[in-house]
Amino acid sequence: MSILTEIVENLIVGDDEKVSALTQKAIDDGVLPKQILDDGLIAGMNTIGQQFKNHEIFLPDVLMAARAMYAGMDKLRPLLLKEGIPSPGKVVLGTVRGDLHDIGKNLVGIMLKGAGFEVIDLGNDVSPEKFIQTAREHDAAVIGMSALLTTTMSAMKEVTYQLKEEGLAGRIKVIVGGAPVSAEFAVEIGADAHGYDAANAVERVKSLISEN
Amino acid sequence: MRPVVRFLDDELLVRIIAEARTILCKLGVEIHNDSIVAMLADHGAKVDPEKNRVFLTDDIIDKALAAAPGSFQLYDVHGRRTHDLSGHNVHFTPGSAAIHVLDNETNTIRTPTTGDVVEYVKVVSQLDHLASQSTAIVPGDVHQNISDSYRLFLSLMYCEKPVVTGTFTIDAFNIMKDLQLAVRGSREELRVKPLTIFSCCPTAPLKWSDVTSQNVVDCAKYAIPVEYISMPLAGFVAPVTLVGSLIQHTAETISGIVISQLTNPGTPVLYGGSPAIFDVRYETTPMGAIETMMIDCAYNEIGKHLGLPTQAYISLSDAKQLDAQAGLESSMGATLAALAGINNISGPGMLDFESCLSLEKLVVDNEIAGMTLRMIKGIEPKDDFPALPIFEELLKEQYLLISKHTRRHLRQEHYFPGPVIDRANRSRWIEEGGVSLRERAHREVTRLLADYQPSELSDDVKKDLTQRMEHEARRWGMDQLPHRQDAGATM
Ligand code: B12
Repeated sequence: MSILTEIVENLIVGDDEKVSALTQKAIDDGVLPKQILDDGLIAGMNTIGQQFKNHEIFLPDVLMAARAMYAGMDKLRPLLLKEGIPSPGKVVLGTVRGDLHDIGKNLVGIMLKGAGFEVIDLGNDVSPEKFIQTAREHDAAVIGMSALLTTTMSAMKEVTYQLKEEGLAGRIKVIVGGAPVSAEFAVEIGADAHGYDAANAVERVKSLISEN
Repeated sequence: MRPVVRFLDDELLVRIIAEARTILCKLGVEIHNDSIVAMLADHGAKVDPEKNRVFLTDDIIDKALAAAPGSFQLYDVHGRRTHDLSGHNVHFTPGSAAIHVLDNETNTIRTPTTGDVVEYVKVVSQLDHLASQSTAIVPGDVHQNISDSYRLFLSLMYCEKPVVTGTFTIDAFNIMKDLQLAVRGSREELRVKPLTIFSCCPTAPLKWSDVTSQNVVDCAKYAIPVEYISMPLAGFVAPVTLVGSLIQHTAETISGIVISQLTNPGTPVLYGGSPAIFDVRYETTPMGAIETMMIDCAYNEIGKHLGLPTQAYISLSDAKQLDAQAGLESSMGATLAALAGINNISGPGMLDFESCLSLEKLVVDNEIAGMTLRMIKGIEPKDDFPALPIFEELLKEQYLLISKHTRRHLRQEHYFPGPVIDRANRSRWIEEGGVSLRERAHREVTRLLADYQPSELSDDVKKDLTQRMEHEARRWGMDQLPHRQDAGATM
């Protein structure tokens, strides 16, 4: 069995120690970091995503795999940086102003991190200004906003409006979600995407970033 | 005998409470409200100010539990008693605060408007098995900062039943209290005859936000009953085991009782909740899951053991339309809740994880409530002993349709559901159009809307309510409230 296949298999069962050790071994054996990332860690997470969708495995299994993925990433990150391979992208995430519901948002954050994205989680009750300011400061590719109340979802519009005003629309992509937030609403407020759950958020963020 | 279901034996129940108390004293509860933290500190709680963490003491918990009333009553807008929330008495109320309504014509969801709220209130006012109304939908055609108070306003204008409601902000409590004072006339009268119940939610795990804890305090000051809505999500923000989630629910709910009883001892509370298991396949919080219902019934047993009236969000469904799943989840919940003796059963009308209200479902759920209310009257002997005379009569007459015994007991022994429950034989059903459940329910909704009679609340009070609401709307930049077709008729 090739070492990359071994990484994939151990990632799928969520063994973070083995994934970490195997990633180190692959590096030592001279496998290219980019290849370890694509054909090891990401390939493993793709399989996990598919199995989750098919109900072959459940959320805890996905999160275990994600943790194993981080363990591998910790070894790989310095090398990828050195070779100038861009990180998959930064996402500024938060629940909008006036809203304290953060369970769904947290899950989205966990899954995005699991997929390799860098997530800057601003928590809940986040003002539109704070979203934009943080995205600028960190040169984030995406702002992700969550709202669970019909009374707070309008705050999302302030962010898309402000981005447009500042000429940042398109450069910083916006994805929205939460129980009252529909795909139509996303279009209406000029957001770039809508995600219906955390696994879906990962897919949508991936395609937003690949558009860039 | 009134049938009763139990999920916890005494030993387990006592252990759960003991563990919850230990958690409140050792791990504490996080309260993001300085004045409440200060009040608890005055009563001897230790505080970690940096983390807003308050460590309760057994003394505080005992004092609060002793102060909380073991029962209370609700009264309609005229001051007539409608609820006796005590013992194993059961009342049904619609679910609350849905984001959407299910439009029967298109079978799709949309944002509710004033018209939807009015129609809902008109329907619920005529459904006999729903003892109270609730502010079940949040209208999207008013300023967001009045979307909570405006629902209460419409409820009080169009329906006489007491209201299960809640605020979305600290600020809105003021007008929502004023509307009640307008109906009752004085603060004292409102205290003596509660008109509403406010839902107040701790945040799992073991936390109170500024808004919701302040709501508890504000309600306590006016002796407005509060239902605590603790929501452990088993496996996510609570232990995956049902016992673990019950321990968390107990701790969160007791912490709420402490806040209200230390603010105003004796203020009425409902030991309530909206827990759910977390479905790790779909990332959702199914209200129709059997384990969710088991947690509900079990915490109700704990509440009863603590000597408190209870409430639960049960008898609702996660289905997206009025289908068999909607019926089976709602009736399973209603049946279990009634058997468990949950005093205020919230849920009728709700679909889609309590985020969507269907008027047609409300009418169906009213029938479910009717059947379960019949069920808990149980089986009681009525002129049945000795049995010889009635059987002698039967053998002699060959049938008992016109027997005195039948005529005396028919309407108490047999519950007659409304037109949504089909009991025709097939030929009649076909001859009458072979109408589906959804269509029957829709016809019933249409009939109820046509038959609606305005609330008999006095015109003076309606005018007062309207002025207060208009004033509140102006405060948020709305010159007038949305037009209501029959606004004249209600005033
Ligand atoms: C748990 C809960 C709470 C908890 C929240 C705890 C916490 N830390 O988040 C507490 C108890 C604090 C709470 C409080 C309140 N709540 Co609440 N709450 C809920 C409940 C039951 C479940 C929400 C949840 O966590 N679901 C599980 C997660 C996993 O799902 P999710 O949030 O939908 O997220 C998923 C997707 O939507 C998506 N997603 C979410 N965010 C994002 C973001 C992006 C970028 C993407 C791509 C995807 C995405 O992915 C997630 C994962 O699958 C809902 C009911 C419901 N149907 O949603 C009511 C609900 C949202 N609450 C409601 C209400 C009314 C309130 C209160 C106002 C009640 C009160 N009077 O105190 C307060 C509001 C406080 C405030 N200012 O925010 C109403 C909303 C009504 C309305 N019209 O807006 C609801 C619908 C219940 C009801 N019918 O009454 N609540």
